[in-house]
Amino acid sequence: MTSVAEDVPLGRTARRWEVLPYGLILPTVAYLSLFFAWPMVQAFQLAFREGGAWTIEPFRMMVNDANFEDAFKFTMLLVVVIVPLQFVLALAMALLINSKLHGRGVFLAIFIMPLAISDLAAGLVWQSILTERGYLNTFLEAIGVIDQPYIWLDPTKPNQLLMAVVVAELWRSTAFVMVIFLAGLQGIPHEYGEAAEVFGAGFFRRVRTVILPLLKPSLQVALLFRIIFAFEAFAVVIAITGRAKTTLATEAWRWQADYFNSHVAAAYSALILVLSLVSAGIVVWLLRTPREQMLQ
Amino acid sequence: MNPPRSALAGVARVFVYGSAVLLSLFILIPIYLMTLAAFSSNEDTYDYPKELLPRGLSTETMSFFINFGGVLDALQRSVIVALVTLVVALVIGTPAGYALARFAFRGGDTLRLSVVGTRAFPIVILSIPLAVIFIRWGIDDTVLGVSIAHTALALPFVVLTTASVFAGVSPELEEAAMTLGCSRATAFVKVALPLALPGLAASAIFVFIVSWNEVFAASLLTLRHRTLPAEVLALLEGAPPNFRFAGGFFLMAPSVIVILLIRRYLFSMWGRVLK
Amino acid sequence: MRKEGTVRSIRHTRKAFIGFAATLALVAVAMLGGAGSASASHRAAGNVVFLSNQLAQVSEIDAVHKYLLNGFPGSVDYVVPPVGQGQVWFDRITAEAKASKGTVSLLGGLHGDYLTIQQNLMSLNDVAKQLAKAGIPPDLMKLGRLGTNKQLYIPWMQATYIMVANKQALKYLPKGANIQALTYAQLLQWAKNMKNQTGQARFGMPVGTNGLINRFLQGYLVPSFSGGVVTTFRSQGAISGWNYMKQLWQYTHPQSLSYNFMQDPLLSGEVWVAWDHVARLGTALKTHGSDFVAFPAPKGPKGRGYMPVLAGLAIPKTAPNPSGAKQLIKWMNSVPVQARTLGSVGFFPVVGSRLSKRLGVGLLSMNAAVKNTQRAKDALKSLLPIGLGAEGGNFNKVYVDTFTRIVVRGEDPKSVVNNEAPILQAIMDKTGAKCWAPDPASKGPCHVK
Repeated sequence: MTSVAEDVPLGRTARRWEVLPYGLILPTVAYLSLFFAWPMVQAFQLAFREGGAWTIEPFRMMVNDANFEDAFKFTMLLVVVIVPLQFVLALAMALLINSKLHGRGVFLAIFIMPLAISDLAAGLVWQSILTERGYLNTFLEAIGVIDQPYIWLDPTKPNQLLMAVVVAELWRSTAFVMVIFLAGLQGIPHEYGEAAEVFGAGFFRRVRTVILPLLKPSLQVALLFRIIFAFEAFAVVIAITGRAKTTLATEAWRWQADYFNSHVAAAYSALILVLSLVSAGIVVWLLRTPREQMLQ
Repeated sequence: MNPPRSALAGVARVFVYGSAVLLSLFILIPIYLMTLAAFSSNEDTYDYPKELLPRGLSTETMSFFINFGGVLDALQRSVIVALVTLVVALVIGTPAGYALARFAFRGGDTLRLSVVGTRAFPIVILSIPLAVIFIRWGIDDTVLGVSIAHTALALPFVVLTTASVFAGVSPELEEAAMTLGCSRATAFVKVALPLALPGLAASAIFVFIVSWNEVFAASLLTLRHRTLPAEVLALLEGAPPNFRFAGGFFLMAPSVIVILLIRRYLFSMWGRVLK
Repeated sequence: MRKEGTVRSIRHTRKAFIGFAATLALVAVAMLGGAGSASASHRAAGNVVFLSNQLAQVSEIDAVHKYLLNGFPGSVDYVVPPVGQGQVWFDRITAEAKASKGTVSLLGGLHGDYLTIQQNLMSLNDVAKQLAKAGIPPDLMKLGRLGTNKQLYIPWMQATYIMVANKQALKYLPKGANIQALTYAQLLQWAKNMKNQTGQARFGMPVGTNGLINRFLQGYLVPSFSGGVVTTFRSQGAISGWNYMKQLWQYTHPQSLSYNFMQDPLLSGEVWVAWDHVARLGTALKTHGSDFVAFPAPKGPKGRGYMPVLAGLAIPKTAPNPSGAKQLIKWMNSVPVQARTLGSVGFFPVVGSRLSKRLGVGLLSMNAAVKNTQRAKDALKSLLPIGLGAEGGNFNKVYVDTFTRIVVRGEDPKSVVNNEAPILQAIMDKTGAKCWAPDPASKGPCHVK
């Protein structure tokens, strides 16, 4: 396995080059340590200390809480349902834009618009679409599909509610993943695809064998961020379901903002962090890019 | 020899176009509805059946909103904060992304995970310690303070997105430039950077969006010099729907413009530049 | 070909960077310009930064500037926390206290909010003495001491919770029911009639994440059925109250779990009969007053429980301009400004009680409902929690969790209250809070029987 650094002749140049990567990342590391490390350490301490003594009481309270199980299950459900769906959708959209489609500039403009919309606004829009006296029912009644408003956001129908959240989230955040894929696709020379085509590979085969492997770095980045956001799912869930469904992030917020218990809030945050990092770690490991792949 | 294939290609084409159009409708309709509601009057806003066509539009809601004290100032502040964050985050983060992509150094994966990890901790919990630091340093309630906070939030995006894009740029090109006499830095600027422009563009979009829409830290760190989301959302509690949509629209419009401006850089220089 | 592409790309990149550099220069100039703008006014009271989590709706903020702050000899920066981020109010004060450096001089909040930050508040004994003569009732003033011997907040405005009905709903009232004096049984029948006869549940409750369901449970449901709030938490009366709620829920609009401000579903027609805080029903009554009628909450076996709400003004210890803030307090409590509060922001004054006829049908109806509540012979006043400090949130959680488990998830009432009662007791023990009305006074921490 060769890396660029190892190609350098030994001597003073080599030493300078070994320092270079660290020098390049130093500003970032310093900046983030300054602004996140200290508050995070303090916040973490809150999860394990109460009244000056080390304790797991906050965690015990968190786990025994009436809402913990629901929050945990729903959060995991969201991650497991939304992420794969979104990746397929985002890939399809990115491939669409990347192809020789007519008017793809317009499509790109449309596809990335949801990025401009904050999650609060997105939740607001979908709530007003799906509410009983909202846009969807207006439309359905107008075309005669239903004759009285249907309650889409019915807590007694949990799968329906889940679908509502999934649709709203797909609408809101697929653009993020798509943009990462698109930027990554730009680095794949189209000669590769053409060569594969000459050898008889159909579209899906080409995607699987040529594009996806070369897209690994982008897949990894997109997956990392998407998973982390999924664990922090919040505004859209609240806007659409209100108190009917809760997530880990919602509970963390409630313990901090409503119950003024920073300790349990920190415990929830620690749990979110651990789940995110574990998932992220798995993703990084599964989608490890061997250096060979980069040195085409 | 080819007819069956082109027939299939024809069907495929229709399918592809059809999907693109359906997806576009899916994305556009809620935005259209939001705009419609933002330009409806107080009377119509609670009507049912809801008005689906642009009849009876009124700018009364939007103009009340715009003239409401502080909104335009907040808009200006948000723009400044977003731009400052954009520049600083790109300048600090791009070298780190490059380093992650090019060098196999110890701690590369750990760094990647830690950078991502900073985003995994809900900012809601970090709020008080962060605010205390800012107040003590005297940058509380300033545009600078918010920019600093937003840069910290945006850095992970820049680092990882640029890393993934630099990973796709063949290092042989820079090596070729160097054998022709360029220094490493020149090779980076003249060869790697332009080819990674899509990644920079993507990062730029993300940074702008993150900063523009960020409301929690901005509200906490400012009192009298609010940024737009903080200002807008403060006004929306219990407001009628047309107001909330006016706020949403007002927040959305500038960032849509910025995104549309940056989007053409998402395409690389491999001959597929979008005009 | 490739070479040309690269040249074009370099020019492209260069253009992009130049563009950014120009913008940066512009930004620098703008920032310098912005930083230079002065903020302090040299009028009598100086500049007061007034952070309030009350009167935070758009129309209310507008009214605050136009009718309440207008004329004050000083400049006021009226700041409110963003939607659903009420925590920012609390975080801001806590952070300023920790940093020992503040920007906020005056706070506007509820009794319950001040409980959580009372250690950060300045003593206002001098202001209290001056305002006692102005006519603020002594029992309200006492609440402002938060259980200590210092005046920590000055009462500012009052409110309570009422019910509102769309006039279309009136024909579904059970026979013989007087809307201004309903019983809970009649309310249940009313909700049942509406659902059975129209096919859709038209009764709604604010059970959303920012909804005030906790106050309904603490001030209305539990007291009306059990006669107390803490001591009777697991009494038979309370259990029958929870069973009642379970029944009522079947005829309640399913989207109630996301309703925060009942004026919205009332105005859109999703809900015809609702209970909520007067400020969250205000828009409906002000803009469509002739379509609605306001009335007091119903009466249960033990009386007509209701909860008075008190908003107050306080000064944090880190206030940069305490004298200006004190002047603003006196201004807000002056008779002319107080007279304008009901008409402009829907809150009731603490000082004086002259009401203008120009209030409009809706607000007059609201006022009548409030008066009927307070003067009802069977009225059972249920006070805001006293002495709970930062545990106020956990106190709310006990009631809301009990509701969620019994009413939404369908668990057995008896086992749920027995499960939650120790949590409630722990809160009482931890804070040492004595019982408050409607519970009988206690010597030590309030005890759940």
